[in-house]
Amino acid sequence: MARIAGVNIPTAKRVPIALTYIHGIGPHIAHQICEAVKIDESRRVNDLTDAEVLAIREYIDANVTVEGDLRREVTMNIKRLMDLGCYRGLRHRRNLPVRGQRTHTNARTRKGPAKAIAGKKK
Amino acid sequence: MSRSVWKGPFVDAYVLKKAESSKSGGRNDVIKIWSRRSTILPQFVGLTFGVYNGKKHVPVNVTEEMIGQKFGEYSPTRTYYGHAADKKAKRK
Repeated sequence: MARIAGVNIPTAKRVPIALTYIHGIGPHIAHQICEAVKIDESRRVNDLTDAEVLAIREYIDANVTVEGDLRREVTMNIKRLMDLGCYRGLRHRRNLPVRGQRTHTNARTRKGPAKAIAGKKK
Repeated sequence: MSRSVWKGPFVDAYVLKKAESSKSGGRNDVIKIWSRRSTILPQFVGLTFGVYNGKKHVPVNVTEEMIGQKFGEYSPTRTYYGHAADKKAKRK
């Protein structure tokens, strides 16, 4: 078991796949990490040496924002928009889509499950 | 797609003129503008603009964080107070 970037314990999967279990690392950055640390992408996490795991850990610490830090950054960005009083902030405050999508129908991701309206149906 | 950098930021000419004259005039009046499409430039920081929303001029105090956005983003054009049905549902 390897512990990288705090709580994450990726499994017996290939290294680039296992790295994507960390919040803030997708396939692309996982690939970059493997290249920077010179680990073959077909290797699995459980046959990495301690030194290699350490190298990955150091690379992530130095170059990538992940997990808590990333989450904080995102919420700070949203909070900034809300405090600014701009249109995007207003949309965030109302929990409506921010990027100009339609809200007549759909938009369920932002609005949550549909609320039944009493007395509707013809 | 974002705007080409070589064009520079878009600002209606009259906005620039008004901003400059109020800056040199020294008075801190609300500068009435209709140009919601104009970019907020660094030299507008500290000024107050009245951005038209189709009905009235909404006062917008320009701060540093607003640079690069458009005036229209700070002057909502729609009023929405929620559906009457929503209120009933909440009371129950």
